[in-house]
Amino acid sequence: MGNSSSMLTQYDIEEVQQHCNHTFSQQEIVALYQRFCQLDRNGIGFISSDEFLSVPEFAVNPLSQRLLRMLEGLNFKEFVAFLSAFSSRASLQQKVEFIFKVYDTDGNGKVAFHDMLDILRDLTGQFISEQQREQVLTRVLEEAGYNKDSFLVQSDFMKILGNSGLRMEVEVPVD
Amino acid sequence: MRKLFTWGRRSAIERGEMSKLKSSSSELDLDRPNIEDYLPSGSIQEPHGKLCLRDLLDISPTLTEAAGAIVDDSFTRCFKSIPPEPWNWNIYLFPLWCMGVLVRYLVLFPLRVIVLTVGWIIFLSCYIPVHFLLKGHDKLRKKLERCLVELICSFFVASWTGVVKYHGPRPSIRPKQVFVANHTSMIDFIILEQMTAFAVIMQKHPGWVGLLQSTILESVGSIWFNRSEAKDREIVARRLREHIEGADNNPLLIFPEGTCVNNHYTVMFKKGAFELGCTVCPVAIKYNKVFVDAFWNSRKQSFTMHLLQLMTSWAVVCDVWYLEPQNLKPGETPIEFAERVRDIISVRAGLKKVPWDGYLKYSRPSPKHRERKQQGFAESVLRRLEEI
Repeated sequence: MGNSSSMLTQYDIEEVQQHCNHTFSQQEIVALYQRFCQLDRNGIGFISSDEFLSVPEFAVNPLSQRLLRMLEGLNFKEFVAFLSAFSSRASLQQKVEFIFKVYDTDGNGKVAFHDMLDILRDLTGQFISEQQREQVLTRVLEEAGYNKDSFLVQSDFMKILGNSGLRMEVEVPVD
Repeated sequence: MRKLFTWGRRSAIERGEMSKLKSSSSELDLDRPNIEDYLPSGSIQEPHGKLCLRDLLDISPTLTEAAGAIVDDSFTRCFKSIPPEPWNWNIYLFPLWCMGVLVRYLVLFPLRVIVLTVGWIIFLSCYIPVHFLLKGHDKLRKKLERCLVELICSFFVASWTGVVKYHGPRPSIRPKQVFVANHTSMIDFIILEQMTAFAVIMQKHPGWVGLLQSTILESVGSIWFNRSEAKDREIVARRLREHIEGADNNPLLIFPEGTCVNNHYTVMFKKGAFELGCTVCPVAIKYNKVFVDAFWNSRKQSFTMHLLQLMTSWAVVCDVWYLEPQNLKPGETPIEFAERVRDIISVRAGLKKVPWDGYLKYSRPSPKHRERKQQGFAESVLRRLEEI
């Protein structure tokens, strides 16, 4: 089951914990490491897209391709940092920041109409026409006080998503 | 709390709208049981009220599912060799364990190799003459070959100090029946074969196993398939049907999971065995892990290594239950029948069911599952657009 020869030392665990801002406990980091090694079958130190897609539950997710772009080439420390937004200890701010990053593919800190349209397309596939998608998006944007040419920044996202109703948590199974 | 993904039960309105997209969804229903019934769902709340920007921007449910799958998923769990707790960790037990290792490798293993060699010599010296000299007397030859195959399997089982407890009535040789069992390793076949000479349907393997398959297993009437060939399915289905029609043929044993699973879970059964129009007799096999973990993780070990591992452990202890034969109920589809039998086997052997196809080990899931999710979300968006 994976690379059992490379064990985590206490120093490693603390370094990873530091890097993810203490959103995971040490036990959770050890459990995540076991999972990382299990997925990284050829033991190259990062999980390839193919290895992620070998998890059927992940492969059927509509946003899997987008997430793969963010997960590419991450080593274990960065992998834990990526997942930190899903910890129960992560703040609402961190969660909204993560969602923003998923939208902002070019990383310029601005989310444009076409970015939002791209994600809507991933989520609805062929079941809504492109025209209808644009119409829906334009309409809700205008109702919220923006328009088709607006750029949304981090603070806008915080305003729109930032009430405590946001639930984005994953439990790490600890033996 | 507004959730955008409608897990679980759908409202009647949605079902009505679904009929417009019936052509794709009816295909989905026929192919698989509803995966959503198995997967963990968050709060199953129907989103309602007018659609607003927040609903479109809030992708947290989808992201949570993806992250959940990254952190732990029910498919990979089926193929994980779960090591037993190490018990040799202190100063008293460790030397005991070392002695155990010596006994196993230096005493038991050579003894077992001798037993196996003797068994092979006896088998081959009887089998080869019977096979060639009795060419004309098919019935007698078949009977003798059956006994000999059972004999060599018993030798194999003895070579791992197999302690097998059989429960239930022994399989009888009758036409129009197949036996299905859960699959943990190729030794499942040997354990069942020592009691009854089954005919088997198997993937053709390379190496010495392949040689055995093409010679000895041919004589009990086996069927070969190739996972990677798509057309193969029809040919195999036809051969299966031909086999069960024959009154003289050995009872057919099928492992509908199609792959080895770690004996804690069962993956979905392929419907091939259940649409032959005959009685299906379920067989459940459960290994006792205290003695050895019999799961053959074909990704990590070759079969030879697996056998050597078994021959250097204390024993292979398992229970085999021959369960009540089942027939297709009126109005039941083969898929439902397969699920029902899987349920019977899983309950008897204490295994958990997962909704995945074992072949996903070798290939990607079909896009139909993703499309189903997309469809659900799309409908929800369109519906809420109309609401005031």
